[in-house]
Amino acid sequence: MALRPDLAIIAGAVPAGSRALDVGCGDGELMAALKGKGVDARGLEIDPANVTAAIARGQSVVQGDCNRDLADYPDDAFDYAILSQTLQTTERPDRVVDELLRIAPRAFVSFPNFAHWRIRLALLWGGRMPVTRLIPVAWYATPNIHHVTVSDFRDLLREKGIAVESAWYLSGDKPTSDAAASWRAEHAIFLISRR
Amino acid sequence: MASMLHQIRHQSVTIPAPLPLDSGQRLPAVTIAYESYGTLAADRSNAVLICHALTGDQYVASDHPATGKPGWWARMVGPGKPIDTDRYFILCANVLGSCMGSSGPASPDAASGAPLGMHFPVITIGDMVRAQAMLLDHLGIDRLHAVVGGSMGGMQALAWTAHYPERLGSAIVIASAARHSAQNIAFHEVGRQAIMADPDWQDGQYYGSTRAPAKGLAVARMAAHITYLSEAGLTEKFGRRLQARDIKSFGFDADFQIESYLRHQGLAFTDRFDANAYLYITRAMDYFDLADAHDGRLAGAFVGAKDVRFTLVSFDTDWLYPTAESRRIVQALQSVGAAASFVELSAPFGHDSFLLDVPALDRLVAGALSAGR
Repeated sequence: MALRPDLAIIAGAVPAGSRALDVGCGDGELMAALKGKGVDARGLEIDPANVTAAIARGQSVVQGDCNRDLADYPDDAFDYAILSQTLQTTERPDRVVDELLRIAPRAFVSFPNFAHWRIRLALLWGGRMPVTRLIPVAWYATPNIHHVTVSDFRDLLREKGIAVESAWYLSGDKPTSDAAASWRAEHAIFLISRR
Repeated sequence: MASMLHQIRHQSVTIPAPLPLDSGQRLPAVTIAYESYGTLAADRSNAVLICHALTGDQYVASDHPATGKPGWWARMVGPGKPIDTDRYFILCANVLGSCMGSSGPASPDAASGAPLGMHFPVITIGDMVRAQAMLLDHLGIDRLHAVVGGSMGGMQALAWTAHYPERLGSAIVIASAARHSAQNIAFHEVGRQAIMADPDWQDGQYYGSTRAPAKGLAVARMAAHITYLSEAGLTEKFGRRLQARDIKSFGFDADFQIESYLRHQGLAFTDRFDANAYLYITRAMDYFDLADAHDGRLAGAFVGAKDVRFTLVSFDTDWLYPTAESRRIVQALQSVGAAASFVELSAPFGHDSFLLDVPALDRLVAGALSAGR
């Protein structure tokens, strides 16, 4: 089965032989790809059915909540921390980013860009919270409690003095440019590191 | 009757080497009764040790010689089952201090030949594990693919990772804890006092007599059995329903189904277990605290176990060894960088869930076992 485009990018960018923690690893799809290329991948996942499925696939996954349980990992426990499509669901995304860069010197963070042109138009013309392919749930039921845009995230990194090593912007599964990302990217993937 | 129990012949080995105990005493020789299933691979890489719980035994997947009932984990262990006897060589030894053929309080004194009774030294979970390691040495098995256990079996699995991490590929610890809590000790003390208050206990020297403390042992089992079940499970199974009657007796018969059930459980237990063994094994559990030897820091116990793959499972209705105890172990493992998996499964059966039909547990155990291969 083909990996989701953002996961494929992350899987390709984590070097073989490194140690990685996939925060919100689901049923272990990305971890399986990482292990296939020789990454020592471990996971944290909140949903027990997903954890069970991942362990049944032979992966090392701990059931836990990234809002609280990242604190249990020691500093620099990993080379990479990965948070894919989860940032916008956390209670305090800024603190989660701090935790990611405490337990690993580098982190991948991917999220749906709330400033994509389709969302802008939906708000502008419809006057309603948009329901899109990447944000498929109505406002009252969505787990995305902290919607974020590419520009917001860049600002947060700047405020925190966090370096961007690479960034990928996707419209569908096609890349889009850095300059146009704010309105053309459906989702963004950042590789960030401590300065 | 306990006396009948000791007539059963078990497959066992007597290792003439002394076993030094945590208490400072030593056993001059150790007898270990065990069962095995499957075939040991030519390179001896497929051995899986299953550790049994307090009142369990080595008959993990074969009929119990006293009761004739199927093995206590026959649903988990067998050809094509999660612990697959077609793939693994499975070993289960009766724990030190127990009553199914291994050295314990019913064993004879070396000098007099009389049953030791309370002269048998107090043993620990660590001592049980050292005896198992002696058995592996005897069988020529250097390294275990995995050690697996639920409840007290999980304590042994944890002790294995602390004492012999270099001999282990992985450890699967189900519904267990790295220490006995005050509440755990309290329930055990009730059980021990019930046994010792029975006049037939005779200070533990009842083996040669016509009387055995069956009443005390039955009460101990009744109290313990409640702790193995969940409140919701008891309510669903028994509620306030009356046993074989329509109205209350206004007496002290077993009016309620739950009373009748517990009495039956207590009585049946005395056919297959020895009261002194119950005293010794509960004591070993009470003394268990893996952090003890590391100034109270549990992580200290796992410093050597970075290369062991851990899988921990708890159950949401288990109040005897609740999820918080498994989480505490996971935190300690994460702090030393060991590969740990943990999940809390939802099952209605309380602590006993690890023995019962929980399909997610089957998938987990099978996956965790094959991951190390």
